[in-house]
Amino acid sequence: MNPGSRPPRSTVRDIERYASLFAERTQVMKSSAMRDLMALTEREDVISLAGGLPDTSTFPPESYASLMRTVAAECCARALQYGPTEGFSRLKRCIAEVMSAEGMEIDPDDLLVTTGGQQVIDLVCKTLIDPGDVIVAEAPTYPGAVPTFCAYQADVVQVTMDRDGMRIDQLLETLDELDRTGRRLKFIYTVPNFHNPAGVTMSLQRRRDLVRIAAERELLVLEDNPYGLLRYEGTALPTLRSLDGGEFVIYASTFSKILSPGVRLGWTAAPPPVLQKMSIGKQSADLCSSSVSQCFVAAYFDSGPWHEYVRSLIEIYRRRRDVMLDSLAEHFPREAEWTHPEGGLFIWATMPAYIDTNDLLARALEEHVAFVPGRAAFVDGRGGSAMRLNFSGVGEDDIREGIRRIGEVVREQVDLYDTLTGARAAAMPQTGADPVTAHRQRSAGGEEREPLQEDAELAKVLRLPAKRKRAGSG
Amino acid sequence: MSRVAVLKGGRSLERQVSLKSGGRVEDAVERLGHEVISIDVGADLVARLSSEAPDAAFVALHGRDGEDGTVQELLEVMGIPYTGSGVSACIRMADKVLSKHAMRDRGIPTPDFFAFSETAFRELGAAQALPAIEERLKFPIVVKPAGQGSALGIKFARTAADIPAALVAAFSYDRKVLLERHVTGRDLAVSILDEGGVPRPLPIVEAVPQQEDFYDFESRYEIGRTRFVCPASLDDAVTERASELALEVYALLGCSGFGRVDLMLERDTDALYVLEANAIPGLTETSLLPQAADAAGIGFDALVARILETVLSR
Repeated sequence: MNPGSRPPRSTVRDIERYASLFAERTQVMKSSAMRDLMALTEREDVISLAGGLPDTSTFPPESYASLMRTVAAECCARALQYGPTEGFSRLKRCIAEVMSAEGMEIDPDDLLVTTGGQQVIDLVCKTLIDPGDVIVAEAPTYPGAVPTFCAYQADVVQVTMDRDGMRIDQLLETLDELDRTGRRLKFIYTVPNFHNPAGVTMSLQRRRDLVRIAAERELLVLEDNPYGLLRYEGTALPTLRSLDGGEFVIYASTFSKILSPGVRLGWTAAPPPVLQKMSIGKQSADLCSSSVSQCFVAAYFDSGPWHEYVRSLIEIYRRRRDVMLDSLAEHFPREAEWTHPEGGLFIWATMPAYIDTNDLLARALEEHVAFVPGRAAFVDGRGGSAMRLNFSGVGEDDIREGIRRIGEVVREQVDLYDTLTGARAAAMPQTGADPVTAHRQRSAGGEEREPLQEDAELAKVLRLPAKRKRAGSG
Repeated sequence: MSRVAVLKGGRSLERQVSLKSGGRVEDAVERLGHEVISIDVGADLVARLSSEAPDAAFVALHGRDGEDGTVQELLEVMGIPYTGSGVSACIRMADKVLSKHAMRDRGIPTPDFFAFSETAFRELGAAQALPAIEERLKFPIVVKPAGQGSALGIKFARTAADIPAALVAAFSYDRKVLLERHVTGRDLAVSILDEGGVPRPLPIVEAVPQQEDFYDFESRYEIGRTRFVCPASLDDAVTERASELALEVYALLGCSGFGRVDLMLERDTDALYVLEANAIPGLTETSLLPQAADAAGIGFDALVARILETVLSR
């Protein structure tokens, strides 16, 4: 070994110096919940139901090889070159085809190709959000959006969901309250189809109501639709964009779930002035999305019917979802409740209020199984007894075994709690938010909030099996 | 030049922190002119150590298996000199109940507490004793797992109704938990480093939480979430007393090489209480021991050199 061959790492004094240089927004930048603990979920010996990964193992390697050969033969120089910020027209025609499959007709010129759907969220914030501006999101919301919202110092207000999606009555109350208090709402963020993490789908009536409210109040809605084509039962509902005609809806989607997250390609369709600003924002972020990826996806669409691969994914995911639902019914205690998604990748399960899923995860990791604790999907401290379970990323046997193990540790905690409270049941709270406020949460605006009622609304309507009171536990 | 195995990572909940600590140690060991054998501790640990046959092992592991005497026992069996405290001291420090009993027996002030195993609740009806415990300790009560080194699983119970959920949470980490009187005040850490076999206290670090009323697991390791003041701004008498207490605990538990003792300075009484001792405190950029050493004019490389010195001369 050669002494001094590595550059010296920073010393304590250096760190202090950097700390004073960090922008104010890094103070509110949330590391993805319990990052260190979550890193353990990636261990090979852990059955991870924590990821959000689509299954890419069934994509035929020979198709991949042949597509890459096509790219090399037909557009090598182009694939290796910078491209236009808004994306290749050829790719935008493919996107128009995907959107048409979801009932939307779009002029390819009205699209912006992005680096994954995630970049759309970032660009919308970059375009619209000044520190302190309000974003209304669902409760729970997509955990990956939370760090983005926080990084732009948005004040995120979360509106309760039930099995029909975002509750419009609560949305209206929230909007009125924002008006009254003079807080500036910039956009409403929603995942209407097979919500991540809640697994519910917004009803047609609510969709109509939402676009009507947006039009009446001249508010923008960011419709995030990565899973719309992954429907395992029921009938597809019109997107918000198709109901609104693109006037107040910014539409976001991605190739991640219908082809590959590795190509890092998503897109947005937005009202032209907004799209133009987002395009400028994208230019400063990355100039353009990967040309290699764009050529690859375009070649893939040219090579044959893309629906077939999506259909094959639907078959795989439907079976996995069913296995997970059956396993939950078999192994989770009756005190637990969960959603029944008609599509997408996730099930949201709610434990009794006295179970903290952060701590439960530590216990579950000992049994080599992992999930995402619910707090990751909230900015206000809610979700403490909920968890997100993914069924797309692991095989059926692992789903069965993983759910069995989680069920076992949940049962263990339920039994312990019953033992602890049996002695003085009268003193125990029966429902409600986690009473142990070890970590007081603050909103992005800084004011302290009362711990809110657990997401009982969501759990109430989607229980399997029905919640029953235990004899003697009060 | 010696061949030094740096043991890091492992399977504990503090794996990520250990990887950071270990990475820094490896760089320092290399800069000190030794050969580094980097080992992410797993099922092949004994095989790796047997085939590599290092001159010494730098244990940069935190939490279960790494800090509780397990890895130390293996190193003893293999006859490989290693850094930090020996097996028995590690066992005492990793178990807050053992160490607090030892302190209390010796008359070292530690917050009043009661400890129970899960079976006490499941099989002996310990829940019925909770009201008496609450009466003795008064609210708020801190509930913590006996064996978790970080802040994971530590809950505040403000009323009797909070206790069961807090216990369930703490039992997620360990089969034994303690209920402890909450001391409101300043959070102090005294790091100790042996110098020629004699333990010396380093300048005291005070952790000042920036937002929350309790500094949580994440903020402990995140820059900017907790402000650390070193040396802590304290009266000389308090500094002296805290350092003395830390040295007493260090000796009582049989520590060697280095360690860290955490204390509270109670706001209303100015009394000092020892919370716990740590066998292998963090060695990351934001960890308290390196900060304390730095304040004493001992840079990170010199700190690592000092820790290695005693082992390599064995």
